[in-house]
Amino acid sequence: MRLTKKDLLGMKDLSIDEINLILDTAESFIEVSTREIKKVPTLRGKMIINLFMEPSTRTRTSFEIAGKRLSADTINISASTSSAVKGETLIDMARNLEAMNPDVIVIRHGASGAPHLLAKRIRQSVINAGDGAHEHPTQALLDMMTIKAKKGRIAGLKAAIVGDIAHSRVARSNIYGLTRMGAQVAVAGPATMLPRFIEQMGVTVHHRIEDAIRGADIIMMLRIQMEREHQNIFPSLREYAKYFGLNRKNIRLAKDDVLVMHPGPINRGIEIAPDIADGPASVILEQVTNGVAVRMALLYLLSGGKA
Amino acid sequence: MNAKKVVMDADGIDRSLTRVAYELLERNKGVEDMVLVGIQTGGVFLAERLKKKISRIEGADVPMGVLDITLYRDDLRTSNRKPRLGKTDIPFSLDDKIVVLIDDVLFTGRTIRAAMDALIDFGRPKLIQLAVLIDRGHRELPIRADFVGKNLPSSLWEAVTVSLKEKSGRDEVIIEENP
Repeated sequence: MRLTKKDLLGMKDLSIDEINLILDTAESFIEVSTREIKKVPTLRGKMIINLFMEPSTRTRTSFEIAGKRLSADTINISASTSSAVKGETLIDMARNLEAMNPDVIVIRHGASGAPHLLAKRIRQSVINAGDGAHEHPTQALLDMMTIKAKKGRIAGLKAAIVGDIAHSRVARSNIYGLTRMGAQVAVAGPATMLPRFIEQMGVTVHHRIEDAIRGADIIMMLRIQMEREHQNIFPSLREYAKYFGLNRKNIRLAKDDVLVMHPGPINRGIEIAPDIADGPASVILEQVTNGVAVRMALLYLLSGGKA
Repeated sequence: MNAKKVVMDADGIDRSLTRVAYELLERNKGVEDMVLVGIQTGGVFLAERLKKKISRIEGADVPMGVLDITLYRDDLRTSNRKPRLGKTDIPFSLDDKIVVLIDDVLFTGRTIRAAMDALIDFGRPKLIQLAVLIDRGHRELPIRADFVGKNLPSSLWEAVTVSLKEKSGRDEVIIEENP
């Protein structure tokens, strides 16, 4: 089986078979990163452009490492060094990049839908590395890979996603992915952080963290975007930490073998207590390791075998 | 003519592997520094069987690894048939080892070329030897096997299939006109 899509734009478009193909392929790539020579020649001569119009260290580095471990040439363009500061539109920029014949363009953009616009206009494969508050599919895939590795399955598990659901592309992609794979998803956050009609995505909605994490197999804590503190969506960081932070006490409501996940970067002591972030239930660093493997799998599946 | 012909049955395969096991031991004067690496998927089952035979004959345990060569193929761009990526697991160093690479069918030699590239990324073996169950000819690269279960002259239009118990429930080698 192969991935027949040109692009990876969101979890919403992926079938169960496609998700399984990506996760199985990613699992085989884990081994490459453990070798002394962490490189295979698979994408030799291919070029990958990382177009990051929003700040990112983890995701950009992860894509860059993934490309390099497959022997592709990777080029990073970030917002401050791009001609966007000179007023060039995204489409013009993309068409210029296209003229240099890359094979894959990885894009992060502050506007929801930017990768979709790009994918329609250019021949190359486009991978969405996060668009606005819309989707972040590679994060959801690496989360699902981590869950599968630890729990052996996704179907039938209870997952809780806690935090600023409204502004979180990580939450959205995980909700699409986890519900498609048969998990039950509960979301929780202050009312100002829960979008209206979110239950239409097939999740249960809670206004207290305790209700969402009770009996959970997986807890995903979202990063509180501190820059939003003054947008009146929550009164204070202290209050948020008190009512919606994951700590030693409320984690006891979850299953004994609960997995604690976080897409990073974490705010210690706000959405997650330091002893939980570093504790035995935490798989936060495994998520990062798996991120490279998932991105290798996607680059491999999208750019290889185009007959 | 679309006839299927069984060219080797279960006993035939077993006898060939027994002979290959003895030849391996004879050529390398025992098992010192020897490791087996099976190429996914057929080669892995054959490597497991050879490992057992060697242990029975020599009373020694030979390390065995598994190699998937998909990432080293030269036809990623052109091939329509894209095999599912398998696992590679070589949990020991290859430095200064005698590596016996094991595959079911030797045909164009391209798989072996890819496998050798992969092995060299894992270390610097003292020696790489190749053991195959079937050599059907038609090499496209200057590669030959050190140990051959059976030489099977074939035409390019024929398909040679090795079925193994571990995967398909029965041991046999079939040659047939390509459908």
